[in-house]
Amino acid sequence: MFAFPNGVVQKISGTALMIQGEDIDTDRIIPARFLKCVSFDALGDQVFADDRLELAGDHPFDQERFKDASILIVNGNFGCGSSREHAPQALMRWGIRAVVGVSFAEIFFGNCLALGIPCASALPDQILAIQAAVNGDATRHWALDLEGMTLASDQERWDVTIDAGPRDMLRSGRWDATSQLLDNSSKVEGLMNRLPYLNNFATR
Amino acid sequence: MPSTIYACAFCPSRKVIVIAAALLSSGTLYDKVWDLHRVADLPGGSTQLFVGLHLVHEVTSPQAFSGLRDKGLTVACPERTVATVDHIVPTTSQARPFADPLAEEMLSTLERNCAESGIALNGIGTGRQGIVHVIAPELGLSQPGMTVACGDSHTSTHGAFGAIAFGIGTSQVRDVLASQSLAMNKLKVRRILVNGHLSAGVSAKDLILHVIRTLGVKGGVGYAYEFSGSAIEALSMEERMTLCNMAIEGGARCGYVNPDQITFDYLKGRPHAPCGAAWDAAVDWWRSLATDTKAVVDDEVVFDATVIAPTVTWGITPGQGLGIDECVPSLTMLNPGERPIATEAYRYMDLQPGTPIAGVPIDVCFIGSCTNGRLSDLRAAAAVARGRHVATGVKAFVVPGSEQVARAAEAEGLDQVFCAAGFEWREPGCSMCLAMNPDRLEGRQISASSSNRNFKGRQGSANGRTLLMSPAMVVAAAVHGRVTDVRTLALHPAS
Ligand code: SF4
Repeated sequence: MFAFPNGVVQKISGTALMIQGEDIDTDRIIPARFLKCVSFDALGDQVFADDRLELAGDHPFDQERFKDASILIVNGNFGCGSSREHAPQALMRWGIRAVVGVSFAEIFFGNCLALGIPCASALPDQILAIQAAVNGDATRHWALDLEGMTLASDQERWDVTIDAGPRDMLRSGRWDATSQLLDNSSKVEGLMNRLPYLNNFATR
Repeated sequence: MPSTIYACAFCPSRKVIVIAAALLSSGTLYDKVWDLHRVADLPGGSTQLFVGLHLVHEVTSPQAFSGLRDKGLTVACPERTVATVDHIVPTTSQARPFADPLAEEMLSTLERNCAESGIALNGIGTGRQGIVHVIAPELGLSQPGMTVACGDSHTSTHGAFGAIAFGIGTSQVRDVLASQSLAMNKLKVRRILVNGHLSAGVSAKDLILHVIRTLGVKGGVGYAYEFSGSAIEALSMEERMTLCNMAIEGGARCGYVNPDQITFDYLKGRPHAPCGAAWDAAVDWWRSLATDTKAVVDDEVVFDATVIAPTVTWGITPGQGLGIDECVPSLTMLNPGERPIATEAYRYMDLQPGTPIAGVPIDVCFIGSCTNGRLSDLRAAAAVARGRHVATGVKAFVVPGSEQVARAAEAEGLDQVFCAAGFEWREPGCSMCLAMNPDRLEGRQISASSSNRNFKGRQGSANGRTLLMSPAMVVAAAVHGRVTDVRTLALHPAS
C-alpha cells in the first residue's frame, strides 16, 4: 500500500477499476454499521461491504485483477447522500488515490479534496469508454494528470475537468485547508465583533 | 431597512454609520448571509466562511477531535459549538454503559472531547438531548441570518429559519473546531416557488418528495434552494424544517425559507433566543435579511401545491416517488438517464412496473427522524392512530426526535394513543432512520418510514427495503398492513 496523499497532488498513476451505476450513495460505499468507530483505520476492508456480500467475490473491489488499482472510474452523482467522510476514507484506505466520473455529489467531492484525492469529471460517453477499456484490460496503466487535465493510458487519452479552485489546491499541495484558515484568525475575530447575533444585536 | 450608528472605536467623538450588508445588495438571503460571514478569499479560489453555529454529534466528530489533537490545536470557539448524542443511542433502555460496547465507546469519546474542550453536551437525561436537527431549533440556537454547519448532511434543516445551513465532512469539522470557519464555494440560488396551498391530508413531506421527484436527486447540485410562494408561507416552522431537511436529498446542499412572523413567533421565548431590547433589534435585523423583491435568482421552478397528492417512494432513491394513486413506472415512462437505477430498483424492491403503490404490503412502520420526529409530526400521526389498531403481523414504533418532544407528547397523552393503537413508544434518537442502534430491519423486511433515505441497506439490513412517506401515511400503512391513502382514513374515522 502506498502512503496516503501528502503535499502536492499533480499526477496519479496506476491501474484502474470501475463501479458502474448512477447515484451511488455513501451508505453503499460504507454502510452505517461501520460508522461505529472512533478512528477511520479499519474502513478499508469495509468499503462497499453490502454490495460485495451480495456479489460474493464478483464485486470489482474483490476481483483479484483489480486488487492494486488506485484510480476509480464511476458514473454520475457518485457519493450522494450522507456527508460521512468515512466514504472517501474507506476508498482511500482500500487504495484509491483518484476518482474519475461524470459528476460527484458536492459534500463527497469536498471530503475527497480534504484528503488530497482529486475527483475529475469527463463526459458520460467517455466514461463508458474508459470503463469498457478498464474492464477489458485490468493491467492497463493510467495516469490522471492535473496539469494537462487528461486521463491517459499508452493507448488513449481523454480530457477531464476539475474546477480551478480545487485543482489549484491539489497542485499547490494546499488541499488541507486548516492552516490557511488559521492564518486569518484575526479576521475571524474582527468579523465576530461585527456580527449582530454575536453582539446581542446591539444598536449602539 | 435599518442602518446602525456606531461610535467609532478609535475616535469616540465621531459617529460612523455602518450600513448593514443587507442594504448594500439588493440580493437574496443567501447572498446577504454569505457576504456577512465572508472572512477572506482563499488562494484556491474558495471563500473562508465564518460558522455561526457548529453542531456536533458522536458519529462524525471523534476523528475530527483527534485530527485537531494531532495538529496540536484546540477548539477556537467552544461557546459557538453545541453537541448532542443521537445516532447510536438505544431507544429502549438508555442505561449506561450501553449494551453495545462500540456505542458506549462513541458516547464516552464525545463526552471526553466535549469536557476537554469546554463544549456544551446535551446528553441523555438533560431534558435537551435528541436528534441534532431537532434540538438546535427547539433550543432557539438556530436563528435567521446565521451560518450553521454540522458533520451531517441534513444540516440543511436549519435553513427553515432563514439561515445558510449545510452538512460538512469530518475534515471540515476539524477545520471548524480549529478556526470557527471553513473553506466553501458559493452556490447558485434556485427559487422553488410553490403557489396555491396543500390539500387536506397532504404534508410538507409530500411536498418535498414531489419536488425531488420532479427535479431529481441531482437536480439541486450546485444550488441552494430558496423555498417561497403562498404554500411555503403558510407552513409552520416544523413543516418548513421537514422541507429544508430534505433539500439535500434533491442534491441541494442547503435549502431555506425567508424569515417571517411565523419564524419570529416560533423563536420568541426559546432558551437561546434573544430577549428584551435585543429581541426587537434582532427581529428588525432578521427581517432585513429576507430576499428582496427585486433580487435576481439563478433559476426558478414553479410548482402548484394544489395538485400534490400524498407521495410515497417505491425505489432506492428519494427521487423515485409516486402519488398515492400512481403505479410503479415502466422504463419507457422514464428519461433514459433514470432507467438503470429504476431497473436496479425493480429488482431490489421486488416491485414490478405497473404495480399500484397503494396496497404494497408493509412489515415495519417507523415514525421518527430529523425529517418527521417533531411534536407536530407526532400529533398528525396520533390523529390517524387514535381509535385504530396496527394490523396483525406489523411491527410499529414511534421514536420522538428529542427529549423535549417526548415529554411534550406525553403531556398531551400522545404516547397513550400510540400504545393503545399497538405502536411501541420509545426514547429519542435517530433509531431506524439509519439503524446504528439496535432498531433495524431484518432480512427482506419492507418498512413504511417517515425518515428521509430509502437507500439500499439504509435501515440496517443489507437487503431491507424502505418506502418513504409522511407520518400520517405511515400510520395509515400500519393500520392496514399495506400502503394506504391516509385521506380515505380521515374521511371514515374509526368508530
Ligand atoms: S435522523 Fe437520520 S437523517 Fe437525521 S441526523 Fe439522524 S440519522 Fe441522520
